[in-house]
Amino acid sequence: MNYKRPKADVVIIGLGWSGSTMAEELTRAGLNVVAIERGAWRETSTSFPTTRDPDELSGSVRKEILQAPVTETYTVRNKVGQTALPLRKYHNLTLGNNVGGAGTHWAGASWRWLPFDHQPHTHVMQRYGAGQLVDGLILQDWGVTYDDLEPFYDRFEKIAGTSGTAGVINGQRQPGGNPFEGSRSGPFPTPALERSRANVLFTQAATRLGYNPFPVPSAMIGAPYTNALGLNLAPCTYCGYCQLYGCGNWSKSSPNICILPVLMQRTNFTLVTECEVLRINTTPDKKMATGVTFIDSDGNTGEQPADIVITATFTLDNTRLMLLSGISTPYDVASGQGVVGRAFTFQTLSWAFMFFENEYMNPFMNTGALATQIDDFNGDNFDHTGLGFIGGAGIQSLSNQGLPIGMAGLLPKGSPQWGKGWKQAFQRGYQNYAQIQGQGTSFAHREQFLDLDPTYKDRYGRPLLRITFDYNENDRRSGRFIRDRCVEIAREMGATEVGGDSFADRPYSGYTPWDSSHVQGGVTMGEDPRTSVQNRYQQNWDIPNLFVIGASSFPNNAGYNPTVVVGATTLWTAKAIIDQYIRNPGPLVRL
Amino acid sequence: MAKNLFRTALRTCMRGGMVFSAMAFLAHGAKAQDDRGARIERGRYLAIAGDCLACHTTPGGKPFAGGLDLKTPFGIITTSNITSDRETGIGSWTLQQFDSAVRHGKSPKGYLYPAMPYPAYAKITDTDLADLWEYIRTIPPVRNAAVTNKLPFPYNIRALMIGWNLLFLDRTPFAPDPSKSAQVNRGAYLVEGLEHCGTCHTTKNFLGGDTRATYQGTSLQGWYAPDLSNNPHTGLGRWSADDLVTYLRSGTNRFTAASGPMTETIENSTQHLSDVDLQAIAAYFKSLPPRAAAAPAPLPATNAQMVTGAREFIVQCSACHVSSGAGIRNMIPTLQDNPAVNAPDPDSLLNIVLRGTNGPMTAANPTGAAMPAFGWKLHDDQIAAILTYIRNSMGNAAPAVQPADVARARKAIGAEQPVWH
Repeated sequence: MNYKRPKADVVIIGLGWSGSTMAEELTRAGLNVVAIERGAWRETSTSFPTTRDPDELSGSVRKEILQAPVTETYTVRNKVGQTALPLRKYHNLTLGNNVGGAGTHWAGASWRWLPFDHQPHTHVMQRYGAGQLVDGLILQDWGVTYDDLEPFYDRFEKIAGTSGTAGVINGQRQPGGNPFEGSRSGPFPTPALERSRANVLFTQAATRLGYNPFPVPSAMIGAPYTNALGLNLAPCTYCGYCQLYGCGNWSKSSPNICILPVLMQRTNFTLVTECEVLRINTTPDKKMATGVTFIDSDGNTGEQPADIVITATFTLDNTRLMLLSGISTPYDVASGQGVVGRAFTFQTLSWAFMFFENEYMNPFMNTGALATQIDDFNGDNFDHTGLGFIGGAGIQSLSNQGLPIGMAGLLPKGSPQWGKGWKQAFQRGYQNYAQIQGQGTSFAHREQFLDLDPTYKDRYGRPLLRITFDYNENDRRSGRFIRDRCVEIAREMGATEVGGDSFADRPYSGYTPWDSSHVQGGVTMGEDPRTSVQNRYQQNWDIPNLFVIGASSFPNNAGYNPTVVVGATTLWTAKAIIDQYIRNPGPLVRL
Repeated sequence: MAKNLFRTALRTCMRGGMVFSAMAFLAHGAKAQDDRGARIERGRYLAIAGDCLACHTTPGGKPFAGGLDLKTPFGIITTSNITSDRETGIGSWTLQQFDSAVRHGKSPKGYLYPAMPYPAYAKITDTDLADLWEYIRTIPPVRNAAVTNKLPFPYNIRALMIGWNLLFLDRTPFAPDPSKSAQVNRGAYLVEGLEHCGTCHTTKNFLGGDTRATYQGTSLQGWYAPDLSNNPHTGLGRWSADDLVTYLRSGTNRFTAASGPMTETIENSTQHLSDVDLQAIAAYFKSLPPRAAAAPAPLPATNAQMVTGAREFIVQCSACHVSSGAGIRNMIPTLQDNPAVNAPDPDSLLNIVLRGTNGPMTAANPTGAAMPAFGWKLHDDQIAAILTYIRNSMGNAAPAVQPADVARARKAIGAEQPVWH
């Protein structure tokens, strides 16, 4: 049966961090908002009660909180000309499967990106010139700068209760924080987390080497906090079940604890769960969006008309919805023309894995984003002259792992693989293992892109999204450079066994253990409609009442996790809608 | 009898007033309409203060359509439909009939049971009652025939209430105490009348009438309505007026978070009261005479239940209430030196631990952090040990809780049995 719901002022597709942040702003401004979410309702006290011990088998191993690939997936190939194959097993793109999206189960690293990351083209051209770029690299500014976004970064941190130590406030260096960060208008809402033993060793080693270690900003709340919406958050208990788990302690910022309790009480907000949007509807001339069509959990097709359509799904699904709806020009790799699916980026990860002797790392006390980092080799914080690449990585001692099944495979070299010897090695390894991650930048390349797969379809008969991606020469060069820095610090920490790895030295795969889950781009914002889908307000260049928000808007990926940038750009766009678009509907940028 | 005559005379005057209003309406239509609008608004506020919605609506049901089962010691009483539906609601009533029901416990169909707090509402002034009626008449009609009397014999004989009323219904209208401030008198009027705090917080005798232990706490419907007297050990003795206002406004304060039926009272009623009225209520409670605390000596830490309880507390409770029991401000109540923990009767503590409780969700504190249920997880002796430990450590002192108490409560409130043996 088909049906039509009453028209709304705004329909939002997806209720994760970006969707719920947007819904809160727009309903507070008095708009009538309907959000359509394909996942089910989740509530902290009943879905993740502290009475129920978290279970590593169902959480980390069986990944029960994620959307299963059998429901929907992506196809992957490394190069044009290959046949892409679907990711049929759980892969690195950890999709949420509930109201709150991936914001419910995420690890929680809560970064503002560097001023460089928002204007990479301007910075690189000024400092090095075009000769610094490898062949085929795409580099473009966002159209919005760090300074434009600073008030929105600040606001989002005050919604999330972000914990951390400020490095620069109003241009003044602050002790203990990141000296390279963009200037902040104020400190973090809550203090940085306690440090793990591995973090302490890293800090000592990095300091000896002349670097500037600081606590990674985190979604794990550092002290009791009342957020910008009046919701109370509780300090993290370091329980160790964080990434891939919902938090029952009100200690990991998520839409579920930071926004939804307020949003759900608003009478001008309607949430429709377990309904999947099939397409964005437009007028026949594709000048305006008219709403969305969705399929509900009974298999009925519904229509939600609205004056404004906001797409706030997972990065890749934002691109896919645009392609499935036939909106804006798809990217064509042969000609390099077109915009939807263009400027797709991943991240470039490097690692040092290490074992110590007679240490007590006590890894069972951890959280998803318990890390100490140096940014001395991130973004453009160091001179790249003669290095042959741009970008770099945040290099961090990451204490996010202490669960027994996951640790069972982490044994020093030559350890017995069974019996008493294995047990002894496991005991020793558990307390003596540590890791340093280089979370590296990724810049777009003309041969990395997204389009609709010609072979594989989803359960509704729609083509899957196809990822064409392999690391480019810039990635390989920066990856090796960062790996070597990780290994140097690991040795300085006193590890007796150190192994290094740069993932960019092998072809990309969606299954690589320890790899990133951060993909960006595809529906980028920018200054030029020939190279971006949306203007600086994440407003479609062709359809002024369509806004696609989230990391799909970012034309390059940083050496950081993306969530706080997603929050800040969402708030930036919300303000533009409320202050400008509602008063005068139409393009917010005229060329 | 003289009092009754006086009240009848008052009502006659009021009816005269209504006629006068109607005439004024003809002369100055717009002004009268404004007046009526203002009276409806006042009535709406009074209905919130009286928390009519809480009992006269089922969870998820249409507002004021009745049908909620109230479990009394005498049996189940189902609340009536008070929407303006003429057949199943009270749409055909007159102001006089409304007054008779609300302040005197007699509806056109017969005597009411004091589950409807008419002994408290008897204190409502004539003006407030008339304004309340103006508002109630505007409630959209909902057709819902609620069977209001499911009591067993002999309680199902409504006429018995004539005798009950003679014994327990004080028809004296509210009389301000000239020795107290206007603020305290306003607070007393709200507390004794519309807010009907004593309905839950005052011990009842075997016939369901109020005892003299006014506001000193009592058990009902599986919860212990705490001591509101100025007893520092079990009551409000250490709360400031500001603590009370914060609690009634947000549902949380530095001592506690609301649980059980009080959560609804705060969400539906007190959070919507004006600052002036909340301060008046607080001033009234703080004006009540101090009560000496007869605190028992806490059990020694070597007591077997205390030893087990201390261990279980760390395993089961400390993640949220933290190791010291201090909790998290505005969210997870402190267990330290806490009058609610010291209640002579552990009913509320048992209910909270066995079934969990939703946190209050108010405009001032929308968090709604809930306590999860432990009934499925912990055995009677474990819960008894934990509660005994909490009640005799961290500055608290109260009688031990026995496994039999837990078993009794588990059965009475329908909590889950442990899933393992």
